[in-house]
Amino acid sequence: MAKYLLLKHYRGNPAAVNDVPMDKWTPEEVSAHIKYMNDFAARLEESGEFVSGDALAPEGIWVRYDGEGRPPVTDGPFAETKDLIAGWMIIDVDSHERAVELAGELSAAPGANGKPIHEWLELRPFLHMAPTDTECEMH
Amino acid sequence: MRNALNETLLRSLIPGVLAILVRRGADFAAAEDAVQEALIEALRAWPGDQPRDPKGWLVTVAWRRFLDATRSEASRRRREDLADQEPEAGPATSIDDTLWLYFLCAHPSLSPASAVALTLRAVGGLTTRQIADAYLVPEATMAQRISRAKRTVSGARLDQPGDVATVVRVLYLVFNEGYTGDVDLATEAIRLTRQLATAIDHPEVAGLLALMLLHQARRPARTAPDGSIVPLAVQDRTRWDTAMIAEGVEILQAALARDRLGEFQAQAAIAALHADAPVAGETDWVQIVEWYDELTELTDSPVVRLNRAVAVGEADGPRAGLAALAGLDPELPRYLAVAAYLHERDGDRVTAARMYAEAARKASHLAERDHLTRQAARLNTSANG
Repeated sequence: MAKYLLLKHYRGNPAAVNDVPMDKWTPEEVSAHIKYMNDFAARLEESGEFVSGDALAPEGIWVRYDGEGRPPVTDGPFAETKDLIAGWMIIDVDSHERAVELAGELSAAPGANGKPIHEWLELRPFLHMAPTDTECEMH
Repeated sequence: MRNALNETLLRSLIPGVLAILVRRGADFAAAEDAVQEALIEALRAWPGDQPRDPKGWLVTVAWRRFLDATRSEASRRRREDLADQEPEAGPATSIDDTLWLYFLCAHPSLSPASAVALTLRAVGGLTTRQIADAYLVPEATMAQRISRAKRTVSGARLDQPGDVATVVRVLYLVFNEGYTGDVDLATEAIRLTRQLATAIDHPEVAGLLALMLLHQARRPARTAPDGSIVPLAVQDRTRWDTAMIAEGVEILQAALARDRLGEFQAQAAIAALHADAPVAGETDWVQIVEWYDELTELTDSPVVRLNRAVAVGEADGPRAGLAALAGLDPELPRYLAVAAYLHERDGDRVTAARMYAEAARKASHLAERDHLTRQAARLNTSANG
């Protein structure tokens, strides 16, 4: 099994096919979309492939260390960050092919006019922790 | 005073208890759920009050749980039939029962991850939570994975002896791909393989057990306190577990004497040759190359040929090692790490540094990536010095 992160973006991903912002949908379309996402997560839980998922608010700031005894420096929020992550789901699946298949399904969530959004999702494999490995010795 | 709970003893009783329920007519899936509930109850109750007859206790509790669950579903007639049977502890588990469980849980219709999870629960006697923790997934996800696996094998017929190779493969995965949490899966894999070896006389089962012991023996020396990888060549060999090595070597020799070589025996033989060298410089690389040749004939796996190239590099020099890499796909995991190592030995530090850095970018394990990054950094910061 291998874990993958499915990243959903507010911005920074290529334009979706059905590219209408959510606030221009009907309330029913919003509900249908949310239901699709919840059902998707429930199906993954049922298939034993769900690890976790969450959504992020769009507002964020930058923070950095500013030296001993000083409070951290903050900057932002910026209205126009290039890349903005909306949320994620972590899955634990048998193969890369299965991860791609699931990402495709998630991207089919309905949007405006009840039609699939075809939004671009980012798929990233996890770096595993180190297990025992009897096949390879490190050099 | 509460008695310390002997969890290993408790776990070792689980497959026998499960077999008794199945022999009494309970279907596997329901019986397994009931045994899991009895196990959780035992983990709760036994530390204060361990029963005199632990197995009898487990059978009684599991059977009661099974009847409770059945009551809500099955017909009245069936329930009365079952309730009429007196719950006895029954005879000691027969070897066949244990084997049957191993085969069922490693059934070829299951995905490797499902077979591993089901084996750990039904044969290993681990709780769903312990298994979930070991594979870093939520308990609900692991519970679903196990119940789906049970549905998959529910129609499986095992009137034919199963294939030992499938069971061995599953145990190998448990040993290699678990993490250390509440339960140490490598130790658990050794326990389950040892138990299998007493139930079936098979040289590859013995080979796998030897392989596991020989690797486990080196484990204290494999990682530094900060979690970083310590390569075999620089491990502190005084930290190897010599008793475990001796046991592994003895098991391996008995298996090899039967002249039915298999890949696990060959892998164990390589591990034994490493274990046999008091210092890295005394490693018998020529013999190791010969074992890799055997292994290549048995499996023809590119990973084996990659490891063989390292051994050739030690036996005949880095140029020979690099030549042995010819024909292998550079996209193979760890190809770059091996090539980098051989190039450095050959004196080409610039190429080695570049390859280590690229290998780090492509690594799929965290500790491995860090190790490769350090190798690249070491060469980059001292190359001109």
